[in-house]
Amino acid sequence: MSALLTLTPEGLYCPAGDFHIDPMRPVARALITHGHSDHARAGHGAVLATEETLAIMAIRCGEAFTRSRQTAVLGQKIALGETIVSFHPAGHVLGSAQISIEGKHEGRLTRIVVSGDYKRQHDPTCLPLEPVRCDIFITEATFGLPVFRHPDTRHEIDRLLASCKLFPERAHLVGAYSLGKAQRMAAVLREAGYDRPVFLHGAMEKLMAFYASRGVDIGETRKISAADRSGLAGEIILCPPSAINDAWAGKFPDPVAAFASGWMRIRARARQQGVELPLVVSDHADWDDLTTTILETGCSEVWVTHGEAEALVHWAQTRQLRAKPLHMLGYGEEEDSAAAEDATA
Amino acid sequence: MNRFAELLDAIAFEPSRNGKLRLTAAYFRATPDPDRGYALAAMTGALSFKYAKPALIRTLIGERTDPVLFALSYDYVGDLSETVALMWPALPGLRDHPPSLGEVVNILASSGKIQLPGVITNLLDRLDEKGRWALLKLITGGLRIGLSARLAKTAVAQIGGHHPNDIEEIWPGLTPPYEELFAWVDGSGEKPHITGAAPFRPVMLSHAIEDRDFESLSAKDFRAEWKWDGIRVQAVAGTQEDGLRSARLYSRTGEDISAAFPELAEVMRDPLFGQCAIDGELLILREGKVEPFGALQQRLNRKTVTAKLILDFPTRIRAYDLLALGGEDLRALSFLERRSRLERFIASLPPERFDLSPMLPFESWEQLAAARTSPVEFAAAENAPAIEGVMIKRADSVYVPGRPKGLWYKWKRDPFNIDAVLMYAQRGHGKRSSLYSDFTFGVWRSGAAGDELVPVGKAYFGFTDEELKRLDKYVRENTIDRFGPVRVVTANKAQGLVLEIAFEGLQPSPRHKSGVAMRFPRISRLRWDKPAGDADRIETLMALIGPRR
Ligand SMILES: [Zn+2]
Ligand SMILES: [Zn+2]
Repeated sequence: MSALLTLTPEGLYCPAGDFHIDPMRPVARALITHGHSDHARAGHGAVLATEETLAIMAIRCGEAFTRSRQTAVLGQKIALGETIVSFHPAGHVLGSAQISIEGKHEGRLTRIVVSGDYKRQHDPTCLPLEPVRCDIFITEATFGLPVFRHPDTRHEIDRLLASCKLFPERAHLVGAYSLGKAQRMAAVLREAGYDRPVFLHGAMEKLMAFYASRGVDIGETRKISAADRSGLAGEIILCPPSAINDAWAGKFPDPVAAFASGWMRIRARARQQGVELPLVVSDHADWDDLTTTILETGCSEVWVTHGEAEALVHWAQTRQLRAKPLHMLGYGEEEDSAAAEDATA
Repeated sequence: MNRFAELLDAIAFEPSRNGKLRLTAAYFRATPDPDRGYALAAMTGALSFKYAKPALIRTLIGERTDPVLFALSYDYVGDLSETVALMWPALPGLRDHPPSLGEVVNILASSGKIQLPGVITNLLDRLDEKGRWALLKLITGGLRIGLSARLAKTAVAQIGGHHPNDIEEIWPGLTPPYEELFAWVDGSGEKPHITGAAPFRPVMLSHAIEDRDFESLSAKDFRAEWKWDGIRVQAVAGTQEDGLRSARLYSRTGEDISAAFPELAEVMRDPLFGQCAIDGELLILREGKVEPFGALQQRLNRKTVTAKLILDFPTRIRAYDLLALGGEDLRALSFLERRSRLERFIASLPPERFDLSPMLPFESWEQLAAARTSPVEFAAAENAPAIEGVMIKRADSVYVPGRPKGLWYKWKRDPFNIDAVLMYAQRGHGKRSSLYSDFTFGVWRSGAAGDELVPVGKAYFGFTDEELKRLDKYVRENTIDRFGPVRVVTANKAQGLVLEIAFEGLQPSPRHKSGVAMRFPRISRLRWDKPAGDADRIETLMALIGPRR
């Protein structure tokens, strides 16, 4: 009896529909959950993804990132081989989607949902997650330990603003991934009533403009030139995480190194990276949201793609769910690879 | 409490002294009494909490969470208090009325040992995660806040535009929650006056001299004396308004340590001492010979001081400065003038408890350098192990509290060095809690089955962040066994990592397997190149005990 979804060296593969999901190497047909570089790679024969994800891939990898593109409309069913697939909002970044696959799995009609990366916290820059009822739920576990409980994003933004007030003569460099996090920080700053321009490292510019073109309210942003840096005391500057401690940062007036990431919850992690103002803002589900989502899908089986799989698998088993880790290497490095890519952009 | 925790958290991440000061001053301005006073007490070490053992904290979290999830989380985070603070499950509704710091202090002070688990559980339920972290760090005694007592007092002084020394002067008379102190800096109250007849005076500290300093400094402008390996103390005596004698012994930070040395306080209550403030080194002397620091350690951190202890470890203050005498403040006089008054005054005191730190005659820096490297030839040979180097003081220097530039210098002796082999590693604390950064090392000795390694010390620093990463990797790749948090690494003649260890001294120690204990060991070099079999032997180390060179 054949499986609806299997694991190949390229990543998750659906034999009945002959397609891969978020493959790590070039394949004939790829379904892509979202635009982060560890999920969305260039060089596939055909790509099926949401319109925003296709646009983001074109911005990051160039228009020639694939030979043929097909747009997935959220909620619409698409027949692929002997399967029916559909895309549903994942709440992770603009355009991010979970992919539902319906077909025969070990002889029974089954629905598998591949979540990609997802979150449930407030994010004015993208559609919120819609849990999809399914039999098998394939989840990430980036923050799959009960020590990870992300605070309210607005609380972290308020801490950033309080620091700007206490240190008005210092520039606040906020490290943020250039796809998703940077735009979300800008948008929540606006919700908090912050009306100064938000300054941008050169690497943040293109995607910021793309979000603005899709109607996300990020307010006034300004690209900074080398000459401006010394005059930005008291301002908020969004930059790739790798930039907060490099020579570029040294030109700002007495910079405060801030970093917006879920990892900032662990002190040792924050300190190792030389962060002075850790802001716990994440685009991944925390422990409570992972477990809530798994229960809401009503699934009887959980597969964990990457992250802290062991704890989540243990938890699922205590809930009488079948669960297994897939140990997929290569995911969860979007942050590193994107940072490296941004720094050279 | 949550706000205090936010402050501690922010301070821990703020690298600059100035930034820490600003954060702390802002907190003191915005926080009402008595909370800010208790915060100041916590930061200056003036608060004693009911200590809870880590085992109790483990029990409490065990009652609330799945043990497998706790174990995985603890392994990931690497710090018990932080893990528990982060994963403590919230019960709805309890966070609406978080306890203030004052409340926490009072609750802990008024509950007995049996109540403690319930009390801590309740506090954990009512605090947010930073509050829980701060609470657990406070009650397990592991709070390293990255802020000195001096900095906290400086922040208080800043509020009212005062000098931090103004706070130091009145500090010994103040008690938590310091309401009159804050009233004064806020401008709504009088300056609290110095209470008692034996007040502390903030001490003057020295800079480590650097080689290039000698080019610009002229030997004839300076005087020198030995740098003794004891404890810097200030011995103060006076007469109260009611005629009773008062005597106090202070540490260099102004902490009253009189209770640990009752024999000195008793002598100083003699009217012979009048009103005086002596700056000097507390030492243990036996038959005129100064004992190494290890002997003095027997007198520290004792709950009770027995008559036998006083007899077996006789204390003496080796005086090197006089700050006040007969009601006169001498601090504005030059070092030479103070010194001549000190010499006359000490001559009148009981010599078995107070003597003079002798001056070292020298005419050139070369001469002084010779004395420093070979005290045996310049001082009574038997005192050499208790000498750490030399102190160099400008002859015309007035006594300035703090660490003024260009007046006093210390010139320490060069450290000892040996090559040892890495044996065990343990994860560090704080910033290093996810890395193996505490290293136990050993040297060779002959055992029943040929040469074996015997541990001789432990070092936590002396390497760069880059080197630490490499060490951490080395430990993980060469682990052959584990005992709890300790990893045993490969260490034999053919294979092992040689560490060059620098240390300040060595003393016999029956508590250690090797029979010796090192002072201030640190890693001076990683010898990736050196075969483990070529590391030093215990005999080499033993030869270092006793007078040097
Ligand atoms: Zn992602
Ligand atoms: Zn990802």
